[in-house]
Amino acid sequence: MEAFKNPFSLHLNAEDFLPAADEEKQQLIIMRESTTFWKDAWRRLTHNKVAMAAFVVIIIAILFAFVAPSFYPYAYDQQIRGSEFLHPMQYSAKELKAISAGQSVFPHFLGTDMHGRDMVIRLMMGTKISLLVGIIASMLVLLIGTVYGAISGFFGGVVDLVMMRIVDVIYSIPDMLTIILLQVTLKAPLTNLFDAHPSLGWLQAMGVPMVSIFLTFSLLYWTNMARIIRGQIMALKEQEFVTAAHALGASNSRIIIKHLIPNCISVLIVTATLEIPRAIFTEAFLSFLGLGVMNPMASLGSLASDAIGGMESYTYLLVAPAVAISLVILSFNLFGDGLRDAFDPKLKENK
Amino acid sequence: MGAYAIKRIGYALLTIFFISIITFTLMNLIPGGPFLSEKNIPPETVKALNVKYGLDKPLPQQYLNYMGKLITGDLGDSLKQKGRSADDIIFTAFPISAKLGGISILVAVILGVFMGSVSALNRGRFWDRLLMVVSTLGIAVPSFVMAAFLMLVFGVKLRWLPTMGLHSVTAFIMPCATLAFYPMSYITRLMRSGMLDALDQDYIRTAKSKGVGKSLLLFKHALRNAVLPVITYLGPMIAYTVTGSFVVETVFNIPGLGREFIQCITARDYPLVMSTTIFLAVLIVLMNLVVDLSYKLIDPRITLQ
Amino acid sequence: MMKQEHLLDINDLKVSFFTPAGEVKAVNGVTYTMDYGEVLGIVGESGSGKSVSAYTLTGLVDRPGRIVGGSVNFNGHQIEKLPEKEFRKIRGKEVSLIFQDPMTSLNPVFTIGNQLEEMLRLHTSKNRAQRRQRAIELLNLVGVNEPEKRLKQYPHEFSGGMRQRVMIAMALACEPKLLIADEPTTALDVTIQAQIMELMVDLKKKIGMSVMLITHDLGVVSDVCDRIAVMYAGKIVEIGTTDEIFYEPKHCYTNGLLRSIPKINETTHERLIPIEGTPVDLLNPPAGCPFAPRCESCMKICLRQMPEFIQHSETHKSACWLNQKALLEKQEGANGDE
Repeated sequence: MEAFKNPFSLHLNAEDFLPAADEEKQQLIIMRESTTFWKDAWRRLTHNKVAMAAFVVIIIAILFAFVAPSFYPYAYDQQIRGSEFLHPMQYSAKELKAISAGQSVFPHFLGTDMHGRDMVIRLMMGTKISLLVGIIASMLVLLIGTVYGAISGFFGGVVDLVMMRIVDVIYSIPDMLTIILLQVTLKAPLTNLFDAHPSLGWLQAMGVPMVSIFLTFSLLYWTNMARIIRGQIMALKEQEFVTAAHALGASNSRIIIKHLIPNCISVLIVTATLEIPRAIFTEAFLSFLGLGVMNPMASLGSLASDAIGGMESYTYLLVAPAVAISLVILSFNLFGDGLRDAFDPKLKENK
Repeated sequence: MGAYAIKRIGYALLTIFFISIITFTLMNLIPGGPFLSEKNIPPETVKALNVKYGLDKPLPQQYLNYMGKLITGDLGDSLKQKGRSADDIIFTAFPISAKLGGISILVAVILGVFMGSVSALNRGRFWDRLLMVVSTLGIAVPSFVMAAFLMLVFGVKLRWLPTMGLHSVTAFIMPCATLAFYPMSYITRLMRSGMLDALDQDYIRTAKSKGVGKSLLLFKHALRNAVLPVITYLGPMIAYTVTGSFVVETVFNIPGLGREFIQCITARDYPLVMSTTIFLAVLIVLMNLVVDLSYKLIDPRITLQ
Repeated sequence: MMKQEHLLDINDLKVSFFTPAGEVKAVNGVTYTMDYGEVLGIVGESGSGKSVSAYTLTGLVDRPGRIVGGSVNFNGHQIEKLPEKEFRKIRGKEVSLIFQDPMTSLNPVFTIGNQLEEMLRLHTSKNRAQRRQRAIELLNLVGVNEPEKRLKQYPHEFSGGMRQRVMIAMALACEPKLLIADEPTTALDVTIQAQIMELMVDLKKKIGMSVMLITHDLGVVSDVCDRIAVMYAGKIVEIGTTDEIFYEPKHCYTNGLLRSIPKINETTHERLIPIEGTPVDLLNPPAGCPFAPRCESCMKICLRQMPEFIQHSETHKSACWLNQKALLEKQEGANGDE
C-alpha cells in the first residue's frame, strides 16, 4: 500500500516526535490585527475614494463659503454702477478706464448680475446660506428625532404606540405642500413677533424665510430620524449591558444618554449627513418658488432661480450656481453613502 | 383584509383632517384679510366682501362652514379669479397635471427598474458605473435646474422641442423628462441594491440548485423580491411628482394644477389655496392608501389584518 | 484508471476564493469517493471546507471562488470541465441540495406549490395536472398533511420543520442519484431535528439514492451514516466507516470532536472537553498539520510538515504524525528484536 512507504525515507529522526512547546504552537497562529469598530470604519472610509473626493469638495465648499469672503474685495450686496450684466472676466467701460489709468481692478471671474453685483461673492454667499440651511436643519432634525425616537423606543408600550401613531400621521402629511403653506403664512406672524420682541434680534438676523425653513424642518422632517432611532433603541435595550445598568441603579435618562445613544451614533451620523442635502434641495425648491431667502441675501437655489428668467442671454448666471448646488448636494450624498458603507457591518462580510 | 383596510382608511381620514386644520389655521394666521393687499379698496367694501365670504364669523365656525361645503363637493369660490369656483379651476387644471404626472411615473418606474437590474447584474463593470453616475446626478440636480438646462439646450439652442405648453406630443418630452429624472434615478438605486440583496439570498441558491436557468432566476426569483422596495417608494414618488409639477409647470408654462397652486399662493387666494391643498393632500393620501393595500398582492408575507 | 464503479469520485480537489486579501484555500486537496446508495457524513467545523467541497459538484461555488485543481467525477460527468448549461441539467435532476436554514431557503413570494412544481417543470415533461399530482404525492411522502391546501400556501405560513420537509420534497422531486444535505437540521428544534433525520433515512431507503450529510455535529451522523469523513482546514484528516471513526479514531482532531459530544447512555459523569483555540487562517495555511496549534499531543514535526495518509484498514485512513510515530516505534521495536 502506498501510504505504508518506509517512514525512514522521509528522513525523520526521533527528535521530531518530541512534544512541541506552547510557544512554538503559538507562532503558527497568525493574529489578525485587532481593530475597533471606529478604527475599522475610519479605515474603510479613508479607503473609499469616492467618499474622500466628496469630502474634499465639502471642505472646499466650506472654505469657499466661510473663509474666502473676508479676503474678497467685493461685497455680496455691493452694486457696482455701470457694471451690470458683465460676462465672466469682462470689465465695464468705467473699470477699463480705471485700469488704463493704472489702477488695479479686481476681475469679475464669473461676471456680474443685473444689479452689477459680482457673481463670485454672490456665489460664496449663496453657498454659505445653503450650507447653513443644510447643517442647521439637519441638526434640528437630529435633535428632535433622536429625543422623540429614544423616548418612544425606550419606554415602549402605550407611550410608543401613541408616539408612533403621531409619527405615522405626520409622515403621511405631504411635506412640500405643508412647507409651502408654512412659508407663505409664517412670514407675517414671524415679522410681527420680531418687531414685538427685539430680544429675538439674532433670529431676525437670519431672516424670516430662513427661520420658517428651520421651523418647517423641525415640524416635519424629524419623523424618519425618530423611526430609525426608535428601532435602534428597541433592539439595544434588550441587551445585557442595559440590564446591567438598570441593576446598578442608573436612571432612565442616564441609560438613554450614556448607554443607548452612543450605541446608535453611527446611524445618527449617517442619517444626519444625508439630511443635509435634502434640506439644501428643499431650500432650493422654495427659492425657485420665490419663498426662499430674500434679496440681497442669496442661496444657491435663489441665485439659480433668479437666473432662469434671463438664461437665454445670460447663461453664465445660471451655470455657476446650478453647478455649485448640484456639486454640493452630490458631495453630501456621496459622503453620506460612504459613511453608511463604512459603518455597515454587512459590507464587512462581503469584503 | 377588510379590517386592515378600514384601519388604513381611518388613518387616511385622520391625516386629511389634520391637513385641513393645519391649512385653515395657517391661512388665518396672516394678519388682515385677503383684500388688504389691495390698498385702495375702501374699508366698507372690504367689510362687505368679508361678510359675503363669511370671513367675519369666528374661526371655528368658518372652518365648519368650509368643511361642510367641502363634504358636499363645493370647494368654494376663488377670491381673485372672479366668477370661477375652486372646483372649476381644479378640475380644469388637474387632468393636465395628471396626464403629465402619470406619464412621468410610468417612465420613471419602467426605466428605473430596468436600469437598476442592468446595474446590479453588471456590478462593478462599465454599465453599472455609468448608470450609477447618471442616477447619482439624478438625485443631486434640482428639478428646476434640470428643466432650465433642458430648455436651454433642446428648446432654445437646438430648437428641437417646444418650450411652452402641451400642444403636441413632442411638447411632453421635456416636462416628463424633468419630472421623471429624480424618481427614475431613485428607483434605479433602489432596484440595484434590492437586486443585489435578492441575488445574495438563500432562496436564489435553492433555485440555482434546482437547475433554474439564468433568465428565470432573474426575472422570476430575484426581480419579484427586488421590486418590493420600489413599490414602497411609489407613495413618496406620487407626492414628489405632485410637488415637482409646481416647478415643471411653471418653467414650461403648462396650465396644470401645479402652476395654479403657485399662482394662488402668490395671490393669497384663500379658498383656492385651501381647496387646492386639500385636494392635493387627499390625492396623495389616497394614492398612498392604494399603494399600501396593493402591496399585499406582491408580497404575501404582509398580512393585512 | 478508474472504472465507473463509484457514483462520485473526487480526486485532489482544490477550491480557492480569490479575495482582495489574497487566495483563501477553502478546499486544499480533498480526495474521496461515494458509492451508489451510500450515506457519507462529512464532519468539520465552520470554515473547514466541507460545504464548499460538496457545492463544487453542483457548480454552486460562486465568484470569487473557483476550482484550481483536481478532478470531480459524478455519475459519469466530468464536473470540473462542465459548462454552466450542462450543470443546469444535472442540478435538481441527478443531484439535489437541502440547505441549513429552511426559513430563508424558500422564496417568500411564491407558493409552495409553485416552487415544488418548478422542479418538475424544469426536468420532466409532465403537464400541469401531472405536476400537481406529483407535488401532492411528494408532500404526502415527506409527511405534510393536507397537501392540496398546503400547496397554495406561502413559505411564511409553514413552520421551520415543515419548510424543511418541503425542501426535502423539492429535492426528491426528480429522484436524484445524490442528495446533499448541508446541515439540514442545525436550524431546527431538537425534537424536529430527530424527525427530519428519521424522514431522510426513511426516504433514502424508499428511493435508494446516495446521501451526503454535511454537519459540524458528529452526534447527528452516528446513526445515519455508513462512512464518515472528518475535515479540517480544507483537508480531510480522517475517513472511515462510522464504527471506525467512533471506536478507533486515529486523528487527534477526531478524538477531540468525539470528546466534545455528550453521550446519553454514559453513566459516569465525564466532563465534555471542548477543543481549545480557533481554526487556522486559510489565507496563510501553515506548512505542517493545520490542527497542530490546537493539538494537545502536538510534536515538533507537526508544525513543520504535513503528515501523509496512513491506511489503517481497507476503509479507514488518517493523516496524523502520531500514527507515523506509532508505526515508527513498531518498526524500531521489530528492528530491536532482531
